[in-house]
Amino acid sequence: MTMLLSLLTIVTDNWWDIRDLSNVSGAVLDIIDDLGGPAWLIYIVSALLGTLAIISFIGGVAIINIWVERRVVGRMQSRLGPNRLGPFGLLQPIADAIKLMQKEVLQPKSAPGLIFTLAPIMFTIPGIAMMAVLPWGRNMSLANVDVGILYILGLSSLGALAVFMAGYSSNNKYALFGSMRVIAMLVSYEIPIVLSLLGIVLFTGTMNPQGIVLFQEHYWSLMILLQPLAFIIYFFSVSAELNRTPADIAEAESEIVGGYHTEYSGMKFGLFYAAELINAVAVSAIISTLFLGGWWAYKLDEIVPGWMIYIGKIYTVYFVFVWTRGTLPRFRIDQLLAFAWKWLTPMALLNIVMVSAEVTIWEESGLSAGIVLPIYMVINTAAAGAIIYAFVRFLAPKFERFPTQLRFYSNIDVPSLPAVAAPPDRAKVSV
Amino acid sequence: MPIKSEPVEVNIGPQHPSTHGVFRMVAKIDGERIVDVKMIVGYLHRSMEKLAEERTFTQNIPFTDRMDYLAAMSGNLGYCLSVEKLAGVEVPERAQYLRVIFAELQRVASHCMATGAFINDCGAWQTPVMYAFRDREKVLDLFEMTCGARLTTNYMRIGGVAFDIPDEFLPALDRLINDDLPFRFEEYDQLLVGNEIIMMRARDVGMVSPEMAINASLSGPLLRSAGIAWDIRKADPYCVYDRMQFDIPVGYNGDAYDRMCIRIEEMKQSLRIIRQAVHDLPGGPHKTDVPLAIRPPAGEAYSRVESPKGELGFYVVSDGGPAPYRWHVRAPSLINLSVLREMTIGKSIADAIVTLGSIDINVGELDR
Repeated sequence: MTMLLSLLTIVTDNWWDIRDLSNVSGAVLDIIDDLGGPAWLIYIVSALLGTLAIISFIGGVAIINIWVERRVVGRMQSRLGPNRLGPFGLLQPIADAIKLMQKEVLQPKSAPGLIFTLAPIMFTIPGIAMMAVLPWGRNMSLANVDVGILYILGLSSLGALAVFMAGYSSNNKYALFGSMRVIAMLVSYEIPIVLSLLGIVLFTGTMNPQGIVLFQEHYWSLMILLQPLAFIIYFFSVSAELNRTPADIAEAESEIVGGYHTEYSGMKFGLFYAAELINAVAVSAIISTLFLGGWWAYKLDEIVPGWMIYIGKIYTVYFVFVWTRGTLPRFRIDQLLAFAWKWLTPMALLNIVMVSAEVTIWEESGLSAGIVLPIYMVINTAAAGAIIYAFVRFLAPKFERFPTQLRFYSNIDVPSLPAVAAPPDRAKVSV
Repeated sequence: MPIKSEPVEVNIGPQHPSTHGVFRMVAKIDGERIVDVKMIVGYLHRSMEKLAEERTFTQNIPFTDRMDYLAAMSGNLGYCLSVEKLAGVEVPERAQYLRVIFAELQRVASHCMATGAFINDCGAWQTPVMYAFRDREKVLDLFEMTCGARLTTNYMRIGGVAFDIPDEFLPALDRLINDDLPFRFEEYDQLLVGNEIIMMRARDVGMVSPEMAINASLSGPLLRSAGIAWDIRKADPYCVYDRMQFDIPVGYNGDAYDRMCIRIEEMKQSLRIIRQAVHDLPGGPHKTDVPLAIRPPAGEAYSRVESPKGELGFYVVSDGGPAPYRWHVRAPSLINLSVLREMTIGKSIADAIVTLGSIDINVGELDR
């Protein structure tokens, strides 16, 4: 009887309303509560529901993004991209996956099996786990952790560890080069990443991703406008961490064949391939949470459900990642590391100094946010432009040794050649 | 405690995404620095020079397609010139102009490929290759229209060209050289020549000094990037190049970036030559009648053309029979490659790949 009643509750409690996906899970939890389930059971069921949601989203994304990436890049390269299998080639990822599953899994004889097998799995985990702390709507995050940013930072460096495991255990020189490069890059690029996120933490006064979104909602100001410099630094640094061009030196196809995944085949390679897309989406989600307001979009979130806005923002950022990948050539490793140490790190430090001063002034002066924040937006945008210009002006490599333009010759001097010797005798040639 | 380390030997090739075929470099590497490079060629050797001794002079023309398969017309032209020199065959005016048009179109196609592949070696993810392929396809369409083949054209004949151009050829060529390609080359200028990352990657990489270039007898864009104005079309004009107005772009620094700029500039100059050739294109026969099994008098002849890769020379010896007694090809790919070791030692792997891409080798021609 109670069972029926609770089912009725589901129907009446507008569970179908897509504006808030949490209604469904709320209804399920209510049923358990009505049935007299203990508190810990509700806790576990809610955790399982959230995990299921995130894993199914990530799984779907990994499948869909194969198509998205190939199609978008195809368009950028003035070709069509996959268009044969299913409508618009939408079934292409499934065919790819089936092909990869059918392939024989080869493993180098001298590779330590455990590490070799564990690496692709470990590479996939951080991208999924990062999504746990990100808010999908108001009150809609799997884990509302107060140190969410710390958690994200910790996980994002785990991927590089997995890459190192893969490269080291493959027992292949190219793979070793790839993993060496990854470690060098990890050491360099963690610093600007942490420093650029520190600016946000200082400004909002919280490490909770949900809290940062709420801050942006409360003051009606996107973080990308308040801290454009931090956004630029973070964007470039994560694209280096994600191994995407212009910083894909870890798998640099034209130099070291496949980098860390040279020796992988079959579904193990497929995991690497999917995890790369998953990580890209996870990082896009982080950027859209911290800099672009997450599920909040001024008045728009009153009409459109927050999770839709969020997915829209994620794919916008993801498109920019695909765009850079489709257009830019690759840096050399020393240039990339120099870029991290000489450009991004000092810029991030300047950003922190600026932000701390602004926070202090705001608190000391007691001015209302309505006056202070627009001023800060203008100042910070101008300062970001000025700092980037100054760095370009004074630090950019200069090639002024020789003139750069080509010379044009319409007539050339032909040196007079020594007189041509008489052709050798026919008989001599035949010897 | 000092860390004990020793150089590692890495095989770059014969199967590697950016060796442009089956060329092999055995690099001794200390960290990312290259200590020593050993170049190993011969994986695509088909013994064409020996095979040619058993075929008639006309039957040998298809071999020249398959040597530098990205510039088949230049190979055809160079070989036919050498046999004509040997046999004293006169070539009609129209054929000479057609030869110039097709050789220059081939230069555009080959340089498109070289530039695209070079940027690909710099690490751009396939995009420039696709752009370059798009432009190259249009040139190949013209080849297909004229001689039925896109890659292995087999178009030139001893004493002229195989077919006269069809009626729809000239309008299509006009569209290509006046509307399509100039716009594309402007795009190359904007996207590639001014690209900061390409400058960072290609400047001061793969340096060739003028002395080195002359000592190694380099030719083509590699020689011109070192600052030496030398072009067979000017220095030893063949066909009707002496009637054409065009400039030779010459670089200053001898690095990979200069070579890329020179290639893009040469494509523009090629269009200039084609415009003049189309304007002056005379009527008349496209071929002199030469027996298929031509028997040149005993003797020898060497003729050279400026192929997209450099000086492509053909040395033919005849003993009066229907087949060449000896046939030797001076392949620019092979000779330009000889400086790779000097260019790469002390640089990193990434630089070595960029250097190799900037030389623009073609393994079919390298190994013959």
